[in-house]
Amino acid sequence: MEYPLIRTEGINKYFPGVHALKNIDFDLKVGEVHTLLGENGAGKSTLIKILSGLYEPEEGKIFLDDKETVFHNAKAALDSGISVIYQELNLSLNISITENIFFGRLNPNKFGFINWKELHTEAKKWMSKIGLNVSPSMKVKYLGTAQQQLLEIAKALATNAKVIIMDEPTSALSPHEIKILFDIIRDLKSKGIGIIYVSHKLDELYEIGDRVTVFRDGHKIETLNVADTTPDSLIKSMVGREIISTIDRKDESTPDFMLEVKDVSTNLVDSVSFDIKKGEIIGFSGLMGAGKTEISRALFGLDAMTAGSIVIEGTEYKQVTPELCAACGIGYVPEDRKATGLFLDLSVRDNISIATMKQLKKGPFIDFDKQAETVQRLIDRLSIKTPTQLQKTRNLSGGNQQKVILARWLLHSNLKLLIVDEPTRGIDVGAKQEIYSILDDLSKRGIAIIIMSSEMPELITMCDRILVMKLGRLNAILNKDEISQERIMEAAVM
Amino acid sequence: MNAKNDNLVKRIFAADQFALVLALIVIFVFFSAATEYFLTGQNISNIFRQVSINLVAGVGMTVLLLIGDVDLSIGSLVALVGVACVATTNATQSVFVGIVVGIAVGVGVGFVNGKIVTGFGINSLIATLGMMSVIRGAVYIITNAVAVQVTVPTFTLIGSGNVFGVIPIPIVISLGLFIVFFIVLRYTAFGRYIYAAGDNPEAAKASGLNVNKLKMYTFIICSTLAAVAGLILTARTNSAQPNSGSGLEFTVIAAVILGGTSLSGGKGSLIGSLIGVFILQLVNTGLVMMNVSSFWQEVVRGSVIILAVVLDTARQRKQEIASSKLTQQLALENASKETT
Repeated sequence: MEYPLIRTEGINKYFPGVHALKNIDFDLKVGEVHTLLGENGAGKSTLIKILSGLYEPEEGKIFLDDKETVFHNAKAALDSGISVIYQELNLSLNISITENIFFGRLNPNKFGFINWKELHTEAKKWMSKIGLNVSPSMKVKYLGTAQQQLLEIAKALATNAKVIIMDEPTSALSPHEIKILFDIIRDLKSKGIGIIYVSHKLDELYEIGDRVTVFRDGHKIETLNVADTTPDSLIKSMVGREIISTIDRKDESTPDFMLEVKDVSTNLVDSVSFDIKKGEIIGFSGLMGAGKTEISRALFGLDAMTAGSIVIEGTEYKQVTPELCAACGIGYVPEDRKATGLFLDLSVRDNISIATMKQLKKGPFIDFDKQAETVQRLIDRLSIKTPTQLQKTRNLSGGNQQKVILARWLLHSNLKLLIVDEPTRGIDVGAKQEIYSILDDLSKRGIAIIIMSSEMPELITMCDRILVMKLGRLNAILNKDEISQERIMEAAVM
Repeated sequence: MNAKNDNLVKRIFAADQFALVLALIVIFVFFSAATEYFLTGQNISNIFRQVSINLVAGVGMTVLLLIGDVDLSIGSLVALVGVACVATTNATQSVFVGIVVGIAVGVGVGFVNGKIVTGFGINSLIATLGMMSVIRGAVYIITNAVAVQVTVPTFTLIGSGNVFGVIPIPIVISLGLFIVFFIVLRYTAFGRYIYAAGDNPEAAKASGLNVNKLKMYTFIICSTLAAVAGLILTARTNSAQPNSGSGLEFTVIAAVILGGTSLSGGKGSLIGSLIGVFILQLVNTGLVMMNVSSFWQEVVRGSVIILAVVLDTARQRKQEIASSKLTQQLALENASKETT
């Protein structure tokens, strides 16, 4: 009998505060396209990284041709015939196609020289398999995106890959280029190569997929033959998680507009318009790269607006700056708290009071007593777990770090609007609930809140309206009575 | 009781400046023992007088390094300030006008440096490397590479005069500026903003700070203090030397880094810079007194700096490992909580 190319048994993977994969059994047959489906953070990428040797699972086994294997690093997986083509292409742009194909295997002859003629000929052979008809000595940067994508496949083939993993390979391709890619995939299938294909686009799945596995919250929900599914049933099993929350949110919005956004464009966002009233909570949904973070950055003046305007409490601005926003009572909690939110080597006290130092001054100096007292009040109110105020924020857990950034804005004596991007990413369930109730509490006091989130249950629990982004544009606005996970997913992918 | 003492000892050992102070003491004791004239009132007073130029420039450089930038043009600026100050003093016969013009040159150069860095997003190392060359060239053009003598007799007072007849004016100026900026960094919002913007400029923007404006201020502070250093140097030599201040930028940056200020911003202190400046000065003076050739002095000075930075890096890595262990432990606890 024919064994699967690759098979996993009971894979478990943990990250700080997250159980990322739970008992995953998975297999890829010879000459099959197996598609992976699931929301952001459902576990697809983690599985891919385990199969390609980037992560080692805490528990579970991997079998290649029914022989148990352990990959200690990416090279081990590559040597076993598993190649990955990531969304962000992994090519060296300033060197030749040949060098990219044979990267790390430019074996010199006994005199220490590389036989370029031979290598170029070899490269040409792999390139012809994928229909890439240019000179192999050309620098990769002169290739188009689609050609670079094809080159990645050639690279994989040249390593004698038996399994090729493609992570959203079509996100940067035109319809014509997608067609070429699919032809190549069919050709690879016929040669017995197995392909693991990750995509958010359901139509692609129906065109190219043989089987589909749906992930949700680190669980494998089901593996089905694509022919036995419908788009509706797949969407249902992607989002079918129950909503666990203790928050019973009532619409607290008032008739007064806090913010009106008129046709705002940036380099990454296209003509977005919406408004938010005082005390209202609105949410932005959409797939990764749909433009949620980009909107939040534009609103807080971190990315320049190329068109449109923002009206803050009746005053219209063509361009805003973080300084202006903070002065107007707008707070911002960025997505990646370590990279763009916190001063990791500064104390909890400095981190909390940095945006509101002006309130804490006595003459030209900081009033340290007042600062310590105010900061302590917030530490108590948000129950931030830190030994002292002078602890470096680096040493706090993710949930407490997140609360530190929230506290930074809660300290603002005139806070009117809070923009929070992925407020609960990577933090444990308990801390999540605490953050939800803090946000709900703020809105009861008339503060408007904008939440950018890739977790639909979070948005559904918290938001009075949900705006769905797709490819930098606003694709749908759902009012409270229209909100459901299915409708959000529909607007995000269709 | 014993435990308390242990704690105190531990705290002293763990203090940021412990290694530095120890080094300072060791060097001081070594040269006092090795040479006859090191430990004399005259020599100590000289050391203080000489240290003042590096200290003033070092204070400004510390502020700039804390926000994550560097200024290589201060050595050339010292010469330009000297020329501008001496020329206007001679022309107007007013020391006051000369000083004002000298300071103004400092402010102006800082403004231009800041604009180039913030306006075009150019790395400050490169921008000020260019400026270093531009200014030095300009000084040679203006002076024809000939020194300009001061014709107003009261001018030398800045360099050699005393306050109350005993304390040299350069020391008063440098310690005064040191104290002012010590207070600014520690007790004002502006000071905390500089640390924050240096630690993580993105987070500073996300906290509503105008990072570019802060950078402009720090560039101006650095150049202005370098201009003050230039005025002291000019007064001590009583003339504007076209090649004065060459290499000053490296001595000053070395002293500040030696004092524990990070090149990448957000970490460091003026106390550290003070100690760093003194260590380099002691080494210099001591080697001169031991009749070590100036070539070997350079070698020793460079080695001291490399050694200091190596030790500091090792200490930081140790801290990082400790903190990452803590984080991992927390993660494991969380994971086990979830599975149970």
